[in-house]
This record gives sequence, structure tokens and C-alpha cells, in this order.
Amino acid sequence: MSEVGPKVTAARYDFHGGIHPPENKQLTRDRPIRDLPLMARYVLPLHMHIGASARPVVKVGDQVGKGQVLAQATDFISATIHAPTSGLVAAIDDHLIPHPGGLAAPSIQLVADGADRWAETLEPWSDYAARSPTELRARLRESGVVGLGGAVFPTAAKLATGTAQVTTLVLNGAECEPYITCDDRLMREAPADIVAGAQIVMHMLGATQCLIGIEDNKPEALKAMRAAAKDPRFTVVSVPTRYPAGGEKQLIRMLTGIEVPRGRRAMEYGLICLNVATVSATHDAIVYGKPMIDRIMTLTGGGVKQPDNFRVRIGTLMNDVVAAAGGYRAGVDRLIMGGPMMGFSLPDDAVPVVKATNCMLSLRPEDRPAEPAPQPCIRCSLCAEACPADLLPQQLYWYARSRQFDRAVAYHLFDCIECGVCTAVCPSHLPLVDYYRFAKTEIWAQEREKSKATVARDRFEFRKERLERQKAEREAALNKKRQILEAKAATKAAQSPKPAGGVPGESQASTETVAAEVAYGEYRPSQAPIDTRLDSAVEAARARSKARRAALEAQRTEAPIPESDDESEEI
Amino acid sequence: MKFGTQSSPLSEGVNSVQRVMLTVWLALVPGTIAATALLGWGVLINVVLAVMTGLAAEAMMLWLRARPVRPAITDGSVVVLAWIFALCLPNLGPWWLPVFGAIFAVIVAKQLYGGLGFNLFNPAMVGYVVLLISFPEPMTRWGPAIDVGGGALNLVQSLAWSFSGALPTGIGYDGLSVATPLDHMREQIMAGAPIHAVTQSVLGGAGLARSWNLWLGAAFLLGGALMLWRGVIRWHIPVAVLAGVAGMSGFLWLIAPATHASPLFHLVSGATIFGAFFVATDPVTASTTQRGRLIFGFGIGVFTVLIRSFGNYPDGVAFAVLLMNLCVPLIDYYTQPRVFGHKTAGKLR
Repeated sequence: MSEVGPKVTAARYDFHGGIHPPENKQLTRDRPIRDLPLMARYVLPLHMHIGASARPVVKVGDQVGKGQVLAQATDFISATIHAPTSGLVAAIDDHLIPHPGGLAAPSIQLVADGADRWAETLEPWSDYAARSPTELRARLRESGVVGLGGAVFPTAAKLATGTAQVTTLVLNGAECEPYITCDDRLMREAPADIVAGAQIVMHMLGATQCLIGIEDNKPEALKAMRAAAKDPRFTVVSVPTRYPAGGEKQLIRMLTGIEVPRGRRAMEYGLICLNVATVSATHDAIVYGKPMIDRIMTLTGGGVKQPDNFRVRIGTLMNDVVAAAGGYRAGVDRLIMGGPMMGFSLPDDAVPVVKATNCMLSLRPEDRPAEPAPQPCIRCSLCAEACPADLLPQQLYWYARSRQFDRAVAYHLFDCIECGVCTAVCPSHLPLVDYYRFAKTEIWAQEREKSKATVARDRFEFRKERLERQKAEREAALNKKRQILEAKAATKAAQSPKPAGGVPGESQASTETVAAEVAYGEYRPSQAPIDTRLDSAVEAARARSKARRAALEAQRTEAPIPESDDESEEI
Repeated sequence: MKFGTQSSPLSEGVNSVQRVMLTVWLALVPGTIAATALLGWGVLINVVLAVMTGLAAEAMMLWLRARPVRPAITDGSVVVLAWIFALCLPNLGPWWLPVFGAIFAVIVAKQLYGGLGFNLFNPAMVGYVVLLISFPEPMTRWGPAIDVGGGALNLVQSLAWSFSGALPTGIGYDGLSVATPLDHMREQIMAGAPIHAVTQSVLGGAGLARSWNLWLGAAFLLGGALMLWRGVIRWHIPVAVLAGVAGMSGFLWLIAPATHASPLFHLVSGATIFGAFFVATDPVTASTTQRGRLIFGFGIGVFTVLIRSFGNYPDGVAFAVLLMNLCVPLIDYYTQPRVFGHKTAGKLR
């Protein structure tokens, strides 16, 4: 074998903590990707990506072709949705979506006509190198491509790097969650599409190298990717099998040694990280003009008769997928979208596969650990040793539990990636991640309340100030008038005994009148300067309230006071 | 089809508080056997009395606090507390020492603070220190190693002595009790004897009679190794305690070798090894960060030597542990680990 070009190297860096839960990938790792048969009905939620909901561009009763746009992206961060097959738009209304709360949300329901006839699709661009990054991004946007690793962030928006110079494309093929094998299968079965997609993305970014990170429990995928990545700019990197090696930040750290802090984007460090399935979809969208109407997912767990990997059309109902896999086994009582570490439990299987659905895990009681009752925290710090974000989970737990949210924030609550490692190692079986989720949502709610209160207070203060100013102005004007009148009276009185002295007094009074009028006039609504004055007054009021907030903030960090007290003080 | 829900992660839950505590039980066995073999049945009587009293006190307090009794009793923590406490007691002490101490440790130092996980101070050490301060005389009733001719009591005799203070005819209390090496050191220093002679007699003396504390230390070391291997404790605290003891005593010894014992003497005498592995490592009352644990352990080592050398009490481990327990919130606050990404925050390309 030629040693020129692609290399497989071991990761040079590591991340702190992590665990090695039972992989359970053997259920599906050797099951090739299968196409599901055409279903009778598809349901496409309008909001299955990060960002704004898509806006329907079809009406109930419309006939649509496969790949036809059903709903258009409405914002920079939004994604277009396409028909997974040809058929009739049966309804546009609320339908159950994959959500832990069992929510229903606006969705387009499509009844397949069985013909699976393509609509007019986009022109295939095999000559992508001749296209500008802007054109290519527009194509990705039209094609509804989003990140398939789970975050479903619109890829066109992610690749709009602005002025940041991205030199390195990191491909995430780690797939560290137990059970899931969809990326593994894709890398083994279609590595060329991944490499071609990565080359397109590198062209768009002007990147000079591509690092492909794959956990070393996937030797076949490592081999296949190495064979496919002939391009000397590519390096296939084998990373240790340790959850969460596939976390974007953890993977970037292992491949490059760079730690991307919270609140910073990888592109600021010259990096972009994409999932292998995302670049594969990018390739399809650009080279074949194929919109994102399907994805690969793993249906697995002891709760289904035949765990398998499927190429499944977006919108396929989960119960249809399960039926295609031979149905459930007796006793199944959990259905989880995603993996066991970060996935969420679905109360119902009448939900569609969405762009984020990389895995559906069905479990019977015997397939999953028992839920032992929580015991007190014994401060053993196993959580801190396992935390990939180097946090002190037991401190965060303590503060979340006692609702000392400001302390939790000081202990970097928002650096928590909710990977679940702390919960997994906790000898007291505390649902730690639930506490962090709770604390985060409480803090967000407080922030919202606070910003509402701030706006209300700013408005109130501005109004008060405006009223005071108007009052002062009125008084000033009255005073002027009175002065003028008095002056006039005085001049009149003076004129009668001393007529010669009248002229200077008169002229002085008249200039004063003019000045007063000008001054008064400045506050007339019709006058031009009012806008700037208004603005500067608002600015001043804001600056004052900001200073007050800062003072309060400082006070709070010095001595933690209950949140509610703060609120009442501020309002 | 409908499903039940559960929040992620669906963790394995293989580890548990019980598993941690049972491992500590197991680790205490070699030391307890060695102590019983070397110091007589009194050790075992202390352990059994303290554990039984501790369990009863814990159950009563949980009942009074209207908390579920079963999970707290079965987590094994109160047994660990009482057991460690009992091993600190003199082997010829009366029955009420372990009973009273265990009651105080469980009720005041543990349950009144909120039970497992909430206590600031190591309850076993609180129990021990309360006894030491309140009943200084019974707390010095140390007997000889078991092979000292004619000085040992069998189980029945030990029970009789513990409960009624009755001794078999022919054996007097004075014949039974001896000074511990640390007491011996203090007495000798006060008497003006050269320190190296005293420590030599402990370290290099012939027979079990002289070197029983070495054997005891080895047994506790074995238990500590077990806990390290099973991942119940981490190396930081024991290593830091031993380093603190060695460092501080070495410093004093270098300055004034005539009046201070050698580091080796400090390392093997008293409760140094037991304290380093079993007492200071109590996770609830120790520091929780890695750097913090090093500071915490080192502080215990330093205070132990200082109290032994300049204080009024023979051994300083218990006081040192309680002093450092006080510092834990401070230590934890200032030794927070660097959070992922926070180092490179300013290093933008």
C-alpha cells in the first residue's frame, strides 16, 4: 500500500475525564445501510433545525414532487424543507414531534402517491470548484442541509465564516455514544462521498487541511476513510474510544490541542468541525443537486426484533420504521431518540424522523440499568474526575439544589455540555444533569424577567426624566416671560422719567426674548434637534441604570443574596 | 405506542455508596485483625460496641428527623464511621468510651449537620476528640502488645475488664498498661533523655513488644492499598499527609535533632498511617479538588507533627484533621480546576 498521501495517526492530545460505557454497537455495526420501503404518509415538522421555523410554500391539496420545496427557510439561521416523495399535501397543522414533553408542533403532512416522482431538482454541479463559496452556500441553503451530528445547525450559516480565516476542517466521525452506528456504516460504505464533500467544504472555506477524527473502536471505518482520502491534505486520526470524544470541543482538542472556550466559535481559531454525514449530504446537494430528504439512522436496542441501520426519508413515522425492522419485542417500555447518554425519552412513537434523528433506541427493562434511588452526595469527586469540561459537578449540584444560581454560574455552570458523564459515575445515583438543566432554565427565566424589568425601568426613568425636564422648561419659559414682562414694565417705568435710556434696555429685552424663544423652540416636537436630544437622554438614562445594575451585580457577587430580594430591589 | 420516559443519561449505576462503604469495611479488616492480635480483645470489643451504638443512634436520629431509616442504615456509612472511631480508642478503656463517643459522633457530628454528606467535621474524629478532652484519663489506658508475658487478657477477661473493671487475680492495672511510643517520647523528652535513644528503641527495638506499631501500620497500609486499587480513595490525600508529616518533622529534626524525633519515627508511630489512609480520606469532610486534596493532606501532616511536638496531647492527627476540615471550603474555593477552554480564552488567531 502506498504511504503517500493519507495518513492514519493517533491523536496527539487528550481531553480530561470521560468514561467508557458499554458500547452495545455490536447490535448494528455489521448491518449494512438499508433503504426503507416507501411509506404511505410522511410528517415534516416546520421546525426541525436550529433557528427560525420554515414557512410553508405549499397549500393543503397541492400535488408535490419528490424533492420539491415544502417550506422555505425564513431567516439566515433556518432551513428549507423538501418533500421526501411525491404526493399530496394532506394537512398543515399540529402533529406530535420528537420532543421529551410529547409536544405537537406545526407540520406538513404528505400522503405519498406511490410514484416517487422527482420534481424538477437543482442542477447538478460536478464542477463545484468553478463556483464561488457564496453560490455554494446558497445551494446548501436551498437544499436544506443541516448538521447531522445532532445539533442540526444550518450548514450554510455555519460555513459563512465572514472574515475569519479557516485553515482546518475537522470531520467528526468519532460517534462516541453507545449503540449508534450510522456514521460508522456511512464511513465504511460511502467514504468517497464524505471525502468529496469535505473537499467541497475546504474549497468553500479556503481550508488547507482536513483532520478526520474516528474512535479506535471502528477499525473498518478508519481503514475505509484512509483508503478514500487520497488527498494529501487529509489526515485520518484515530482517537481513543472514550465518551464524549465526539463532542465537538473534545474532538478539536484531541486533534489540534486547541481548546475552544465557551462562547467562542471554532472558526475564531481557524477551525470548522462538521459531522461526516453532514459533508456527505453537502456533497449530494452540490454534486447531485439532491436536497436533504433523507438521512441514515440506527434503530437499535433490545426492544426491537431486528436492530438495523436505515437510510430513512425525513418525515417517516417512527412506528413505520419499527414495523420495517420487524416490530417491537415484548416488554419494550422506553423509546429514546439519540443515544443513551444524551438522547431523550419519547412518550409516543407516532412521531416523524427528523433531520436530527441519528438513532432510535428502544429498551426493555432488562436492557437498561435500574434507576436506583438517589442517595446523599458524599463529595467523592468521581464526577469531577470524569468531567470532560473540567468542572466541579458536585459543587454545581450543591448550588443548583439550594437555588444559589449565581454561585452555580460562578462555578461555570454554562460550560457544562450535559454529556451525562457525572451522572453515570455518581455512586449516589444523583440525577446531576437534571439539576444542571433545571438551574440553566431557571437562570434563563430570571434573565428574561430581568431584561423585561430593565426595559420597563428604563422606560419609567426616561418618562420621569422627560416629565421633569418639561416641567423645568415650562418654568424656565415662564420665568423668561415674566422677566421680559418685568423688564418691559421696568423700561416703561424708566422711560417716562428718562426717555433717553430706553433704547439699550429695549434692545436687551428683545434679544432676551429671541434667546428665550430659541431655547423654548428647541423642545418643540417639530424641531430637528429633538431626535438627538431624545437619543442622548435615553443614552444617559441607560448608562445610569447600567451603572446601578453593575453596582447591584457587584454587591451580589460579594455577598450572595437570594435572587428574589434582588428583583424586588431592582424594580 | 406509548412509552415511559426517563431522563438521560441511562447510566449504568454500577458504583454505589454501599459499594464504596463495603470496600472501606474490607480495607479495615486487616488493620482490625492486626490490632486485635497485637493489642488484645479490647480492640474488638471497642469496635463492636461502637458499631452497635452507632447504628442505634443513627436509626433513632433518622426516625426523629422523619427520614427514611432503611436506606441510610444500609448504606454502610455509619458502620465505617463507628469502626474508624473505635480503632482510635485505647484497648483497655471502659465500655462507655466507645458507646458515648459513638453517640456523640453520630448524633452531633453527623446527624445534626444533616446526615451523610452534610457534616463539616469528620465525625469519627469529633467523637475521639470529645472523649480525649472530656475523659483524658480513661483515654490513656493503653495496654501492651499481646506477647508481653503475662500481661494479656483473654476475651472473657477483657469483657469483664471493659464492663466492670474487674481484673483476674494476679494481674494489676499497672502491669497491663504501658505508655504508647508517643507518650514514651514525651515523657523521655520531659525527663531530659536524648531523643535518638527513645526513637531508636521504637524503631529498632527487638520483638513485637517494641515494634507493634510497625506491624499495625503495615496492616493499615494494606487496607489503604486495597482502597486505592478499588478506586475508593485517590492517592492525593494519603501521600500529602505522609509528605506533610515527613516534611514538617524533617524540618524540625534538621534544626534540632537533639530534641525532635526523626521523620521515620513520626511516620510509623501513632495514627499517622491510619489517619492518612482512613481518616483524612473521608470524602465528605475532605477537599474535593485535586490540588485542594494535596493542600488538605499536607496541612494535616504538618499540624500533626506540630501538635505532637509542641502540644499537650500525645497524638495530633485528630486535631489536625479537624483543623483542616475547617479549611476545606476555603481550599476548595481557591483550588478550582481550570475549566475547559478558559486558558486559551485570550489566545485568538
